[in-house]
Amino acid sequence: MDSSALSNHGFELDSNATVLLMGLRRSGKSSICKVVFHNTQPLDTLYLESTTKPTTENFKSLIDMAVIELPGQLNLFEPALYDYEKLFTSIGALVYVIDSQDEYLSALQNLAVIIKYAVSVNPKIHIEVLIHKIDGLSEDFRLDTQRDIMQRVGDDLLDYGLEGVQISFYLTSIFDHSIYEAFSRIVQKLIYELPALENLLDLLMQYSNFDKVFLFDINSKIYVATDSSPVDIQNYEVCAEFIDVSIDLDGLYDSYHVTESESSQVHSRNSIADIYDESQYKKLQSSDNVIDSNDVSKPVRCISRLENGQMLYLHQMIRGLALVAVSRLDDDDETTSLSVIDHNVSIFKKSLEKMWNHAKI
Amino acid sequence: MSSGKKLLLMGRSGSGKSSMRSIIFSNYSAFDTRRLGATIDVEHSNLRFLNNMTLNLWDCGGQDVFMDNFLNNTTDSNNSNSTTNNIFKKCEVLIHVFDVESKEVAKDINTFKRVLQNLSKFSPNVKIFILIHKIDLVQSNKRQELFKLMYNNLKNIAHDEYGFNITGFATSIWDESLYKAWSSIVCSLIPNVDLYEQHLTKFNQIINAREIILFEKTTFLVISSIDRFKSVQQNGSNLQSSIQVTENLDPKRFEKISNIVKTYKQSVNKIRSNFKNLILHGKNSSIYLDILTTNIYIMIIMGKNEGSDQNYEVWNESLILENIRIARSVFEKIENKPVK
Repeated sequence: MDSSALSNHGFELDSNATVLLMGLRRSGKSSICKVVFHNTQPLDTLYLESTTKPTTENFKSLIDMAVIELPGQLNLFEPALYDYEKLFTSIGALVYVIDSQDEYLSALQNLAVIIKYAVSVNPKIHIEVLIHKIDGLSEDFRLDTQRDIMQRVGDDLLDYGLEGVQISFYLTSIFDHSIYEAFSRIVQKLIYELPALENLLDLLMQYSNFDKVFLFDINSKIYVATDSSPVDIQNYEVCAEFIDVSIDLDGLYDSYHVTESESSQVHSRNSIADIYDESQYKKLQSSDNVIDSNDVSKPVRCISRLENGQMLYLHQMIRGLALVAVSRLDDDDETTSLSVIDHNVSIFKKSLEKMWNHAKI
Repeated sequence: MSSGKKLLLMGRSGSGKSSMRSIIFSNYSAFDTRRLGATIDVEHSNLRFLNNMTLNLWDCGGQDVFMDNFLNNTTDSNNSNSTTNNIFKKCEVLIHVFDVESKEVAKDINTFKRVLQNLSKFSPNVKIFILIHKIDLVQSNKRQELFKLMYNNLKNIAHDEYGFNITGFATSIWDESLYKAWSSIVCSLIPNVDLYEQHLTKFNQIINAREIILFEKTTFLVISSIDRFKSVQQNGSNLQSSIQVTENLDPKRFEKISNIVKTYKQSVNKIRSNFKNLILHGKNSSIYLDILTTNIYIMIIMGKNEGSDQNYEVWNESLILENIRIARSVFEKIENKPVK
């Protein structure tokens, strides 16, 4: 049990927010990357080429995250090719992708070997297993598959004498929101400030009468934090799509960046946070008129009322994040009035800013 | 019954007629349309549109058996050709769909000719729209050229041989072009479009928005729109200032809005509700989307820092919401006006 003690005390303040994506060939690693981080349509991933060399992608969000993807056909024990020791010590989470529609016994063997190595090099690594492509399995069979895989992995680890290792399992598919949900949880484990964030969100929820509140990364629709109430996947989906709606609508009346071609739309959404900063920068540069700072700092804010009395609330935060909440409005209740909510949210935003001034990264 | 407008939706089998109908009128997503099977004979749907207008959409199955049945020889008279008679009588609109990938173009054109022939006989005042569909299957740089080629060809046939003027669109269910086409089709049927526009102009003189758009509630097709440029022009004041005001906005924005809002409506359905209004304060403008009448949604886009008064408070939501509320009664009157 010295491994857990190590992780509690010696939490180094280096950038550990790196996710390593591994799995056998054709298990769907590149597709996951494309869908989650590049807003690619799931069907388009059918035409992806096989990945031949490790790829690294960086994402600037609340935490600066990087995803490293290893080619599937790689043999771990060809030490000449890559410096595995260095690689494994530098990552925060190892995500292993298993194709649930295929014969997964060889994948499980591979996984056990990798876990053994990873734990020996870096004891505080998070090990996450995605039981992927479950869209092709029937409901009953999904749970059976999960149980089977968990059982076998447990047995394998027992053989290696590694029964203390914590492994999380997720059922995922790129054709619904389960992959976002899984990645949200994986990323959340890497955020050092998460408990504080959750506390803040709980407080916000309590005083603003929100049913549910998420802190989203706008680019990837991963939620960085949520309050402590259970996540309803449908609420999550609606909130994620609500971000798209508000960004797309706002983008149509963007007079500083006229997007002419269709193709640039996808691109512009990818880096929407950057573009906003850029456009404001240009605005400041180009116009001779003095623009009051109040206007420039005005955030994107979007409210939509629904017929059943619920309300969707979006408020842009710092670092490409957005706060999205579902709330139930009563007309004559003081705590649900919009100005109170606005006020609370702006306080929350200020505390986020404060937190990140002192944050490690 | 008297105000029912009959729309014929025709085209060869597999060209995407029923998919279009399902997306525009039944809230299908483009992906869902793969589940649709072949239409047998004719599928009728009655749609209420803007209170006093009923659209009778006749979705005609496109397989040769059915087509021949619809078009069967009209020369032999009276009773035997009752189907033909029935189908082409009292038609207000024909929407003919052409599959851009079709191998048998000559046959498609031939069918089109026969349809026109029947129409010129049974309802000569019909409005004709052609849709060059599935344009997403063509490389994007060749689309325009191909569309022009086909459209001009068909236009000449329709005009020279049957004296019809036709309007054409290139469409795809995978983007917003479908909404543009159907918006123009449906707008051509609304009797008092200019009345809406008149009042919209007046409304904009009051609130001075960047742009106002009216949408039909269930389909979210654009009924009418006004931007500042248009309202100044109609106001008769000097154009010099207004030219500055026109911005190079996305020309496809109406269709995109229809598309975005419809997607949003579907996603809200997941939590078993429907959306009522939406207020967005973006980086570039404030957008208000609200119910105007029982059948119309209004979307007001306010610019930032662009009021006539320097201190004009764009953030003043209540002012605009109140304006919408007042406008409501006026537009309800227009809507309930009986059609002549």
